Amino acid sequence: MGNGCRVTNRITGESFTCSEGLSVLKAMEQEGVQCVPVGCRGGGCGFCKIRVVEGKYECGKMSRAHAPPEAIEQGEVLACRIYPVTDLTIECLEPSMPGKTSEQTTTKAMR
Amino acid sequence: MKKGVMRPGHVQIRVLDMDEAVKHYKDLLGLIETDRDNLGRVYLKAWTEVDKFSVVLRPADEPGMDFMAFKVVDEASLQQLEKDLINHGIEIEQIPEGELKDCGRRVRFNAPSGHTFELYADKKYIGKWGITEVNPEAWPRGLNGMKAVRFDHCLLYGPELAATYDLFVNVLGFYLAEQVMDGDGTRIAQFLTLSTKAHDVAFIHHEEKGKFHHASFFLETWEDVLRAADLISMTDTSIDIGPTRHGLTHGKTIYFFDPSGNRNEVFCGGDYNYPDHKPVTWQAKDLGKAIFYHDRVLNERFLTVLT
Repeated sequence: MGNGCRVTNRITGESFTCSEGLSVLKAMEQEGVQCVPVGCRGGGCGFCKIRVVEGKYECGKMSRAHAPPEAIEQGEVLACRIYPVTDLTIECLEPSMPGKTSEQTTTKAMR
Repeated sequence: MKKGVMRPGHVQIRVLDMDEAVKHYKDLLGLIETDRDNLGRVYLKAWTEVDKFSVVLRPADEPGMDFMAFKVVDEASLQQLEKDLINHGIEIEQIPEGELKDCGRRVRFNAPSGHTFELYADKKYIGKWGITEVNPEAWPRGLNGMKAVRFDHCLLYGPELAATYDLFVNVLGFYLAEQVMDGDGTRIAQFLTLSTKAHDVAFIHHEEKGKFHHASFFLETWEDVLRAADLISMTDTSIDIGPTRHGLTHGKTIYFFDPSGNRNEVFCGGDYNYPDHKPVTWQAKDLGKAIFYHDRVLNERFLTVLT
């Protein structure tokens, strides 16, 4: 694993290499892969929420609103704030929206 | 300013890692640290600002905005505004003098959009940084990074724009500088001001209450905005979009994120207005151009990535 860990999105089949010290999201962006949504890249917005299905990693600081301790235990983390220790298999989760979000908001209609 | 509310005074922003945040706001934005307190908060200001602080960073496990405050011209106006808020059916909370260091008492309340605001009349006056009060030089040496000139405004996302408009215009004395209207005549964005600036605070409709889109800092020139973009690359700071121009306000801008994911803007230029001007209107069907005048397309991130 001298050249980094391999990260594979189980749903899309896409994969990329994550060098030591890089977050999963940063490594993905650097390789030009687009299999996890990119938001603030700072653990704040919850846009890049994933579930790690397999593999070990270390976690940086993440907003408790989007990655509460019980979710982290289930492997539900933010891709911008995890650092692989082994190869990882991941899948995307819907960005978390604390509180209710209707499908018919004006904001959505404008997109 | 017809009710005595004068200008934006401070914003308290929650951050996940204080050391990283202080480095970002001081070394990159160029704010100046003026104090710290026993809650772990760090107080900062931009160099042209005369009061002791305009940005307060608070350590927390969830980023976002705690509150934004406006300075009122005097204590008598503050007392009248308290009465007006109560008469408007707004619940107020008294924050005692000194809760923020060297700041007078604050009147805190929630807007229908879900955001917390404060009014206050007193804060320690320390003058502009690095230049003398008499015969001042043009600018001080020794500023860092983007050399932000002032904390300018916040853009906030939340529901109940009409009720929030009513509070800000009819109780607090703001006026509407710019707006975005949808096909049904519903206002989905409102830029409110106390001054000739295009916005002192702005709101965009969003279902979830109390979300923070960005805190914005003023720069003098387009060259400064380009230089800010260079610094964002040099420091590998998370960028959102820019440099570009807005249709709304016509300001020249770049957006990026602090290390906790709170969005910042630095911008220059922009339209001026007076209270007798009709509000500038953009149509929701042209929202892409209204927000990003050159691309004429919104990036998904601008509408949905919030803290």
